[in-house]
Amino acid sequence: MTSKTLKVTVERGADAQCQFEVPAYESQTVLDVVSWIQQNADPTLSYRFACRVGMCGSCAMMVNGVPRWTCRTHISKVLDGDAVTIGPLRNLPVIKDLAVDMDPFFDKWVAAEAVHHGALTRDDPIAPVDERSEERVTANAGIECINCSVCYAACDTVAGNPDYLGPAALQRAWTLLNDAKDEGRVAILDAVSGRGGCHNCHSMGSCTTYCPNELDPMSAIAGLKRETAKSFFKRRRS
Amino acid sequence: MITLRLYVAQRITALLMAPLVFGHLAVMIYAIQGGLSAEEILGRTQGSFAWFAFYGIFVVAVAIHGAIGLRTVAHEWGGLKGPLLEVFMWAVGLGLFALGARAVWAVTFA
Repeated sequence: MTSKTLKVTVERGADAQCQFEVPAYESQTVLDVVSWIQQNADPTLSYRFACRVGMCGSCAMMVNGVPRWTCRTHISKVLDGDAVTIGPLRNLPVIKDLAVDMDPFFDKWVAAEAVHHGALTRDDPIAPVDERSEERVTANAGIECINCSVCYAACDTVAGNPDYLGPAALQRAWTLLNDAKDEGRVAILDAVSGRGGCHNCHSMGSCTTYCPNELDPMSAIAGLKRETAKSFFKRRRS
Repeated sequence: MITLRLYVAQRITALLMAPLVFGHLAVMIYAIQGGLSAEEILGRTQGSFAWFAFYGIFVVAVAIHGAIGLRTVAHEWGGLKGPLLEVFMWAVGLGLFALGARAVWAVTFA
């Protein structure tokens, strides 16, 4: 760390920016910096967090223009000299200061049929799942999503096309499509083939670049494109 | 904003165009070796069903592919949506087809 004090700019609303001087500490995260401001400088600052250990996906913000999970991002890794700019997540409506409305993000999960489609009841025996099957391996690659919306904020296609379902919802649809316990194949393929569906993706790859859990939504979306195209030709023949 | 049907149409036309572009470039490089004149081109293309089919398919593919691509650009960069967006796509597609088809017809069977 180059200085003992950090120059922190917080974006609050469209044109409003506030500057704060925050003492630097060892192993300080971006969330620590925001919390210090709220506790010591400006108690009216609104932001959102819960677990502080990278599991709940609620603390994502724009840090120097890049979406990040702030609880697991060390401030020393993102400082520009001794300065940093923190803003609300891109592509989502701002409620206040650094807290965004996540409703559009989660509504799109449901719109993508990224919900479990079970066929069994509690009276049925538990279906065995082959851990090593190709489908299970493909599904496993995408299931560690924490719904933080970093990929959604990073996506330029969402920015240009607000109807687009976005990387997270489509990745979850892809994991369910490959899940032996999910019976929603037709519903999922239909849901991701609509006007806001997977075919809008330009494979720019910001989702995969910025995913804090190092998942690969771009490849998941490519998988959906393949499966929907295959089913398009199959349905035409039948 | 793009639907599965448009996506498939754009991919199929891309598949069609890939070999046609290479054929087009190869003939261009080959044909100009000893200089190039309008008579030489017309001598090759006039009355030729093969060249009519080659460039006829090319024009159809370009019209479909380009119109769908520009539709996406018009929506994401230009904010065009609804019926206006569809009208834009069809106008681009039909326009490209008219320009290309006229040229193909002129050098083959006109």
